[in-house]
Amino acid sequence: MRHLLSIADLDKVSAINILDTAAELARVSDGAVKKLPTLRGRTIVNLFAEDSTRTRISFEAAAKRLSADVINFSAKGSSLSKGESLKDTAMTLQAMGADAVVIRHSASGAAQRLADCEWMSGSVVNAGDGTHEHPSQALLDAFTIRKNLGMGSSDLSGLSIAIVGDVLHSRVARSNVLLLSMLGAKVTLVAPPTLLPVGVQSWPVEISYDFDAVIPHVDVIMMLRVQQERMTDLFFPNAREYSRYFGLNSERMALMKPGAIVMHPGPMNRGLEISAEVADSSRSVITEQVTNGVSVRMAILYVLLAGGVLDRGIN
Amino acid sequence: MKTVDFVIKNAILPDGRKSDIAIANGVISSLDSSSTNNATTTIDATDCIVLPGLVDLHTHVREPGREDAETVLSASRAGVKGGFTALSAMANTSPVADTAGVVEQVYRLGQEAGLLDVFPIGAVTQGLKGEALSEIGAMADSVARVRVFSDDGNCVSDPLVMRRALEYVKKFNGVIAQHAQDPRMTVDSQMNEGLISARLGLKGWPAVAEEAIIARDVLIADHVKSRLHICHLTTAGGVEIIRWAKARGIDVTAEVTPHHLLLTDDLAGSYDPIYKVNPPLRTQADVMALREALADGTIDIVATDHAPHPMESKECEWQEAAFGMLGLETALSIVQMTMVDSSLMSWAQVAERMSITPARIGGYENHGQEIKEGAPANLLVIDPRRKWTVDRDLVQSKSSNTPYHGIELPGVITHTFFKGKASLLNGAIAAKGTL
Repeated sequence: MRHLLSIADLDKVSAINILDTAAELARVSDGAVKKLPTLRGRTIVNLFAEDSTRTRISFEAAAKRLSADVINFSAKGSSLSKGESLKDTAMTLQAMGADAVVIRHSASGAAQRLADCEWMSGSVVNAGDGTHEHPSQALLDAFTIRKNLGMGSSDLSGLSIAIVGDVLHSRVARSNVLLLSMLGAKVTLVAPPTLLPVGVQSWPVEISYDFDAVIPHVDVIMMLRVQQERMTDLFFPNAREYSRYFGLNSERMALMKPGAIVMHPGPMNRGLEISAEVADSSRSVITEQVTNGVSVRMAILYVLLAGGVLDRGIN
Repeated sequence: MKTVDFVIKNAILPDGRKSDIAIANGVISSLDSSSTNNATTTIDATDCIVLPGLVDLHTHVREPGREDAETVLSASRAGVKGGFTALSAMANTSPVADTAGVVEQVYRLGQEAGLLDVFPIGAVTQGLKGEALSEIGAMADSVARVRVFSDDGNCVSDPLVMRRALEYVKKFNGVIAQHAQDPRMTVDSQMNEGLISARLGLKGWPAVAEEAIIARDVLIADHVKSRLHICHLTTAGGVEIIRWAKARGIDVTAEVTPHHLLLTDDLAGSYDPIYKVNPPLRTQADVMALREALADGTIDIVATDHAPHPMESKECEWQEAAFGMLGLETALSIVQMTMVDSSLMSWAQVAERMSITPARIGGYENHGQEIKEGAPANLLVIDPRRKWTVDRDLVQSKSSNTPYHGIELPGVITHTFFKGKASLLNGAIAAKGTL
């Protein structure tokens, strides 16, 4: 595997390999010396053409723990903000000898364009492209689910997972639908009909407009961020009504199964899609998702750049 | 016995008859070989089809304003290569073709190139803004004699503006060519809304945004008893509405592009904007409905929507890229592949859909004539058995945004005759102004 552009690039074996590799790497990260020499001398460019804090820092930490040289290339203060084309940026990165480019971009398909083009030859990791996909987020979510629900090193068979909110514009939802269903989980999308894409009926999911009816039956509730700009674009009457039907608050949390967990890819709108009480509750694994993100992204870079299956004897 | 300019030997006419064709003084002088054995140039057209020169009702020639993408001359050369003897230059140039001055300029550039007729289309509204009518009468009375008016690229979305435009052009038997696209339903839309757009995370362009405008406009055209033409129909639902309107006797015609007869929205899966086009590529079910409608005459004509763009407008992210693809040089081959080789249409029907009917809609009097003695010698010769491979680096257009690069297509156009002169002779295009 040369690139990670979409969860569709993975099969079940390679997805589980990344999760298992991440588990091994997490053990290293818990040790006294966090750093591995694996990618010494390799150059990884973080090309963030769209604002991001946690994903960029997470990839940066992952690359540094594998001893790679990291170049951060962000929208603000770079040639990207001066209207440079993706082609010219790619040719610049090629000239610098980037072994991998981690790209975050507001345009769906930007990562694939970079991977398919003849402008550069390195690996491309999609760190979120428009409303298309965010595969590393889905992998860290699957990792977090497996860890918290005691699934060991198995897949997610037998689990029920609800993804709640703005599915239409969510790259996190698209990647998670593909990955979680591939790993055997039953996925239910919960959203107002306006925030589900036309064509969603072909996805391997169930659909519900009734959050309350779904809550008691699921092991995981994954909340999606509602972007501010959706408020004024006729998707729902107003923020309060959205919150009333699709927000996760203490009353709804009380309906959850014992042991069921709450997730959110961040950044959260506290008080809109999730209440502060729920976000800070014992069911919430939201900060753990951030922690796991580093291990999972280490695993992705490891698999792409160091080639294949992790040697179990890394300790 | 007399000397003629050309004799095309052993040609197959659209109706299947074999005939020689003699050309002299700009017209078809004879279909009888015995009277024409003395010719300046003799062309062996054994097993080749001769059609009346193609007439495109929808061409973006980009001049004035975007001469980096295409000029009237380069579009003329591309047209000649594709067997066309008339193009219709869309109004969305810079400046917009909304005054007599601009349409006369484009018309004059076409005459100077001299390879085919370039008939300007006038804008319906000033600056294509959809608000105030442009100088429709002045354009109609100009040297360019404009009869087709369109805000193509922009839909005339205000129903009152559309009504007034349809009424106004009745004065000179004009026609409004509508780009049917409800603007509110397609803000920032990127591709057909459906299974593929849902997966790709590209903003959907619903079929209903096209169909709702078609439905509205056939009703307005019926009410004011005027002539409506629907540009580049793309949906099965749109076909049904046109079928219904024609059954009611409404004076509506419709066009389909070659690319909508062949390509589908799953091509967007590459995120390569070479497949980004307005209106968007639709589903296979739509493609099949369009082919059926073209065959049964519900869709009257094929028009290319030839839309050249410079490389940098396509070598980028999908959502940043320009809409449009080249069409002139591949149009007849695509129609042969999708309609003739699939036995949906005869060559006689190809002549109707790509020459006779578009010329009638546009009021282009010397084009789209049946092949008979005395008719203007606007013709093309195609060898339907030969194949060719599209190479974007070898196109006549100034731009290279063809979606067919590397694809083998049937049908090689060997000759095109414009007003009795060879604009294309054995694949070689005549030089500007030499005919």
